[in-house]
Amino acid sequence: MSEIVSHPPRAVSLQRINAMVLRYWYLLISSWPRLLELIYWPALQIVTWGFLQNYISQASGFFAKAGGTLIGAVILWDILFRGQLGFSISFLEEMWARNLGNLMMSPLKPIEFLLSLMIMSLIRLAIGVIPMTLLALFFFGFNFYAIGLPLIAFFCNLIFTSWSVGVFASGLVLRNGLGAESIVWTLMFAVMPLACIYYPVEVLPAWLQYVAWTLPPTYVFEGMRSLLIDQVFRADLMVWALVINAILFAASFAVFLALLQSAKRNGSLLGGGE
Amino acid sequence: MQQRETGQGQAPAANQAPAVDQGGSAAIEVAHLVKVYKTTRAVDDISFRIARGSITGLLGGNGAGKTTTIAMIMGLVLPTSGSVSVLGAKIPEQRYDVLGRMNFESPYVDMPMRLTVRQNLTIFGRLYAVKHLRERIDQLAADLDLTEFLDRSNGKLSAGQKTRVALAKALINEPDLLLLDEPTASLDPDTADWVRQHLETYRKTHNATILLASHNMLEVERLCDRVIIMKRGKIEDDDSPEGIMARYNRDTLEEVFLDVARGRVREDTP
Repeated sequence: MSEIVSHPPRAVSLQRINAMVLRYWYLLISSWPRLLELIYWPALQIVTWGFLQNYISQASGFFAKAGGTLIGAVILWDILFRGQLGFSISFLEEMWARNLGNLMMSPLKPIEFLLSLMIMSLIRLAIGVIPMTLLALFFFGFNFYAIGLPLIAFFCNLIFTSWSVGVFASGLVLRNGLGAESIVWTLMFAVMPLACIYYPVEVLPAWLQYVAWTLPPTYVFEGMRSLLIDQVFRADLMVWALVINAILFAASFAVFLALLQSAKRNGSLLGGGE
Repeated sequence: MQQRETGQGQAPAANQAPAVDQGGSAAIEVAHLVKVYKTTRAVDDISFRIARGSITGLLGGNGAGKTTTIAMIMGLVLPTSGSVSVLGAKIPEQRYDVLGRMNFESPYVDMPMRLTVRQNLTIFGRLYAVKHLRERIDQLAADLDLTEFLDRSNGKLSAGQKTRVALAKALINEPDLLLLDEPTASLDPDTADWVRQHLETYRKTHNATILLASHNMLEVERLCDRVIIMKRGKIEDDDSPEGIMARYNRDTLEEVFLDVARGRVREDTP
C-alpha cells in the first residue's frame, strides 16, 4: 500500500523540485535533436567569431593587444542568452505538451516550478557552453577559464539576468498562451545593443548610456573588457550588477505571480493554446 | 439560489453514499459561485454540497459551465464571486493544504508524449510525494492493464491506453477527491466500460469522492449517485438519476438531457 509523505503545506519541497528536474532530464535524453541543438549553435558561434577575431587582430593593433575580447564576449553573451533559453524552453515544453494543467493541479508550487527551471537552465547551459569553451581553447588558444575568480562574478550576474528575463517571458506565455511564444525567443535580443557586448558603453549616445547602465549585463561586459584589456578586475561593477539583478529578479517574480493570477482569472491555464 | 440540501429521488443503493450531502462534512461545498468572462456569464450563481464517498455527475451541453465549475473547484480558475471549499479547505486560498489529497483528469491536458508511462508516473508520484512509488506504479499498471506499456513512450499509445495512463496518474496519490472531466471521451465502448468499472471499484475501496463532468448519459446513470444538470451556467436540476428520470417521466437520462437542452416543460412544473 502506498502512502503520501507529509510536507508542511507552506514548505518548499526539494522532492518536487527534483521530480521536475528529472522530468526535463528524461525529455532531454529522449531526444538527440534536443541535445544536438544545445551544442550546435554555440559551436557555430564560437567558430565564426573566433576566425573573425583572428582576422582583425592581424589587421588591428588594438585587437592584437586586446586578445580574446571578441571570443570572451561571445561566450558571455551565450551564457546570458542560452541561460534564458534553457529556462524558457523547459517552460515551453510544458505548454507544448499540454501538461501545465497537470502540474498546476499537483502540489507543485510556482516557486518550486521556477527553481526547477533554473536548475535546468544551468544543466542545458553546461551542455552547450562547456564544449564551446573547449573549442575556443583548441582552435583559437583562448582559455576562458583563465579569467579565474572574476569569471564566477561574471557568470552569476549573467545567469541571474537570464533567469529574470526567463521568468518574465514565461509569465507572458502563461497568461497569453503560445501566441506569445515568439517573445521567449526574441526578448533577450532587445537587451543586446544596450548591454554593449562587443563595444564599450561610451560608443552609445549620452542619453542611451543611462539606459545601458540600468542593465546588469552592461556591467559584466564592461568588467570583462577591463579585465582582458587593462588586466583590472572591477569589483564595483560586479556589485552594482548584483544589486540591479536582485531588484530585477524580485520584480520579474512578482510579475510572474501577477500574470499567473491573471491567467487564473482569464481561465487560460487549462487551454494554453494560441 | 439553487442549493439542494435533500434528495428528492429514490433512496441510494446499498453501499453508496447519500445522493445529496445531508449537511455533514462535505467533500465539496460551492456557494453562490459566479464566473464571468468579459461579457459571458459562464457560471451563474450555483450552490451545492457533495457528500464524501459519493459519485456526482455534472451534466450539461457544451458551454453549460461544467468545465469552468470543475476548474474553479480545482483552483485553476478564479471565481468572479462566491466561494468554494474542498475537503475543508477554502479554494483558492488554502488549496496547497489539500492538493495532495486531490487529483484530476481532463481532455484539456495531456501527459508528456516523449516520456515513457513509467517515467510520467514516477514524476507525478514524486510530485505527490507517494511513498513506495515503484510498488504503487506496478500496482496501478496491473489494475489498469498497463504493465506491458510501462516502458513505452506516451506518444506511442492508442487513445484508450493514453486515457488509462491519465487515469493512473489521477489515481497515483490515492486521492480522497477525484475530479474527472469527460473521463471516457473518445474511448470505444469496451474501454469506456472498463474505465467506469475501475472508478466504481476505486470509490468503493477508498471511500473516495468523485465529481465527473460528462456528456455520456449511460455513464452518469451507471456511475452516479447524484446528477447536477447545468444549462447556461445555472443548475437546472439536482437529484439522484432515478429521481430526475421520475420527475421528467422519462426512462433514460438521455431523454431528460434532451428535454432540458430543448427547454421542454418538466412534469412537476406548474
